[in-house]
Amino acid sequence: MTYIKPAFRHPDAQKNSIGFYRKDYEGALSTLCAGCGHDSISSAIIQACFELAIEPHKIAKLSGIGCSSKTPAYYLGQSHGFNTVHGRMPSVATGAYLANRDLKYIGVSGDGDSASIGMGQFVHAIRRNLNVVYIIMNNGCYGLTKGQDSATADAGSMSRKGAPNPFEAIDMPSLALELGATFVGRSFSGDKAQLIPMIKAALSHPGFALLDVISPCVTFNNNKGSTKSYDYTREHIEATGTIDFVPIEQEITVDYKEGSSKEIALHDGSIIELSKLANGFDPTDKLSSILKMHEARTKGQILTGLMYIDPDTKGLHDLLQTSDTPLNTMGADVLNPGQAALAKINSEFR
Amino acid sequence: MSVRINDFVIRFANVNGTGSASANNMFAKSIFRMGVPVSPKNIFPSNIQGLPTWYEVRVSEKGYMGRREGIDLMVAVNPQSFTKDVASIKPGGYLLYDSTKPLYDDRRQDITYIGVPMTALCLANYEVPRLQQLFKNIVYVGALSKLLDIEVKVFEDIFAEQFAGKEKLIAPNLQAIELGRKYIEDHYDFPLNIRVSRRDLVRDSILVDGNTACGLGAVYGGATVAAWYPITPSTSLMDAFDKYASKLRIDAEGKKNYAIVQMEDELASMGVVLGASWNGARSFTATSGPGISLMSEFIGLSYFAEVPGVVVDVQRGGPSTGMPTRTQQSDILLAAYASHGDTKHILLFPSTPKECFDMMADSFDLAERLQTMIFMMTDLDLGMNDHMSPPFDWNDSREYDRGKVLNVRQLEEVKSWGRYRDPDGDGIPYRTLPGTHPTKGAYFTRGTSRDEDAKYTEESAPYVRNMQRLQVKWETAKTMVPKPEIVRNEAGVSEAIIYFGTTAWAAQESLDILEDQGINLNAMRVKAFPFGNEVVEFLANHDTVYVIEQNRDAQFKTLLVNELGEDPAKFISVLNYDGFPITADFVSQTIQARKLATVGNI
Repeated sequence: MTYIKPAFRHPDAQKNSIGFYRKDYEGALSTLCAGCGHDSISSAIIQACFELAIEPHKIAKLSGIGCSSKTPAYYLGQSHGFNTVHGRMPSVATGAYLANRDLKYIGVSGDGDSASIGMGQFVHAIRRNLNVVYIIMNNGCYGLTKGQDSATADAGSMSRKGAPNPFEAIDMPSLALELGATFVGRSFSGDKAQLIPMIKAALSHPGFALLDVISPCVTFNNNKGSTKSYDYTREHIEATGTIDFVPIEQEITVDYKEGSSKEIALHDGSIIELSKLANGFDPTDKLSSILKMHEARTKGQILTGLMYIDPDTKGLHDLLQTSDTPLNTMGADVLNPGQAALAKINSEFR
Repeated sequence: MSVRINDFVIRFANVNGTGSASANNMFAKSIFRMGVPVSPKNIFPSNIQGLPTWYEVRVSEKGYMGRREGIDLMVAVNPQSFTKDVASIKPGGYLLYDSTKPLYDDRRQDITYIGVPMTALCLANYEVPRLQQLFKNIVYVGALSKLLDIEVKVFEDIFAEQFAGKEKLIAPNLQAIELGRKYIEDHYDFPLNIRVSRRDLVRDSILVDGNTACGLGAVYGGATVAAWYPITPSTSLMDAFDKYASKLRIDAEGKKNYAIVQMEDELASMGVVLGASWNGARSFTATSGPGISLMSEFIGLSYFAEVPGVVVDVQRGGPSTGMPTRTQQSDILLAAYASHGDTKHILLFPSTPKECFDMMADSFDLAERLQTMIFMMTDLDLGMNDHMSPPFDWNDSREYDRGKVLNVRQLEEVKSWGRYRDPDGDGIPYRTLPGTHPTKGAYFTRGTSRDEDAKYTEESAPYVRNMQRLQVKWETAKTMVPKPEIVRNEAGVSEAIIYFGTTAWAAQESLDILEDQGINLNAMRVKAFPFGNEVVEFLANHDTVYVIEQNRDAQFKTLLVNELGEDPAKFISVLNYDGFPITADFVSQTIQARKLATVGNI
């Protein structure tokens, strides 16, 4: 393979509604293993942002440590990125969001980064309904340290070395839902038709949006007996339905059969279109979501798609009742109470 | 005993959680309002209710604000600690106690017992049980005011201010003061040989604690994002920030021009600080030693990725959980070199509430100018005790120094830019903020090695260049941090003392004590690390330097030796680490003993 990224742009390439090409959302060349699921997710992020026509500099991307957390270098090259420390992306994202509520935040993590070392921060970011699209690139193993089982590896799943994992897996979407997450979805890196609209919907959600994306590790966890391999995932996948995302300015053109579809209007006027919904499943009803997730797990299925959404939720800034103006734009004229106020305060200490 | 005016120590022994703190504070304030310098210290347990707690007030006409050993008057109203409390009174001193129930007969003969039936007086005069308890405290303040000759008008003023809007509370409080005064009038000689006399010595000073000053300094310094995790003794700092911001930082729609988040731990608090600062907000956290230990990984990221931030370390007794409600200066080395790899950080050492305010506000300028973590090194003594201090002031024309941040126009104009280049030669690169420009200035902040343009690299040369540039920045920092205060620098004096932070009061007083004994020393108060030229020169001009600090391991001395390559033999440590603020007697006696030993060796 080549290590030089071509500057070439196809002459027929289309601009999006604000005049950017897809290329403007790309990043540096990936240094992950060929065939890594993470690269597909990166590509889906690029496509989703391009299609949503977000100005690239109005997005900030943050990550922890691990293979997944390297990926922000590979997309959105015109967005600022912050590769933080292991398991601590949620707190850095919290600070970033508090400083500037006007940007979109994509937080990228892995199963080791979120389900083990970073579990505390993951849990509390959900509690605060931090406005971030939280993507877990979930491959069930620690890739950068050569394939140890992670906390999302299923019990009995075989590592490449042939040893079955003795411990129960932590299911991040179930956990998130229990904790009160207001947007919970799972997808598969090999299913872009589903993943791209899910990312778009998550980016429009005014609170914490979890996307747990099964992303096979081709080097350490794609073997026979692994429950996070491409083959196993494809064989056991079960979607909650199909998903389409309709941004605010687009006309709805697709008709779905009545009874099997659902439209969810988001706060900004865009719409999530769900069709072929599983029988009796309603992703805006938490109880229905919990039942569906447990049912899939009992059957040994990997449930994907939008699992739960509360479109009317309030994000962190609204919960804290902070100003509508981003805090990082305020100068001394706004922030400093001045000498007169200080003289009054002094008098209270005499 | 001869009459001593405005020069004594009084200690209150109370039960934690009985409302004694506000009565004791009022007592200290009443002396302050008499124009006489006071230094109150709260000696409290790690407990909310039930355990013994003490409050100590030093009254000093000469303005000595350090702690002084030896209790002249003990207000002992806690049966749990009564025996020990009585034993701790200096011979010739006084005991004020609740005489509702009789005492045992084995009385000390060398002190004066003053019994006031506080409980009985309150039971007879107040009906509500809660008030009967609370007013006991006010009754002893009243008794003290008579015994010590404090004007009753002072209390009338204090109550009028304290209960503005709740005026019906004034009368019962004043009644309690009067109950105490009347009982003394009827039963004892007054005033005592120790007493207060009105002076005009406090002038425009204020009486305030360092945590309040730091919280207020953060408001004035433009902090907008604060993250924290509760830990003694730093908690009241964030309370103060919240208190003032909620009054002074509300926009026209009633929304907040600041955000405070109580995080799940100290790691997360520091994560918020870095995230917010990276994104262009001024951000800080407040903690104590255990929190710094937890934050260390992020502190290293701040150093290496060059993300600004401010952390206040209100130091307490260590190691481990240590003595959480006692004071020490034992995080010096931890803070100076926090995190793995080659790291070092800027420390500021305020000594007074005024300096807490000023340095806190300045620390945001420094952090953004130097793009690194700034440590405000206070301690429990400074943070939680009231100190007499010059008033806070602010220059309304002052702008915030946001450091080298490229805006849209500058990004348009610059031909090329790299996040970690050093175009000015001072080691400080130019940074950009997310969301500034559609096509220019984006980069990937990381804790891994990278080249001058923020591109990941594992090449040795750019890694080494970057580490060297950070060293250049460190040299620049030496010129930007507060310079030391050269307190005394007489020609021909070859010995000196060095101190910092809360050792200042004891050190300054000890200079006078030693001078009276014919020992003349020069003195320097260090205000920041890294040490600038002024520190180096002062050391060079002295053969023997006593380093006064409040930890066991002579951490500050280690820093001097390590960073300046000074001969360790030149330094003599004066170390107090028992959890109580260091005293002038301890300093002067340690230095005297050392000098005697040296003479003996000759």
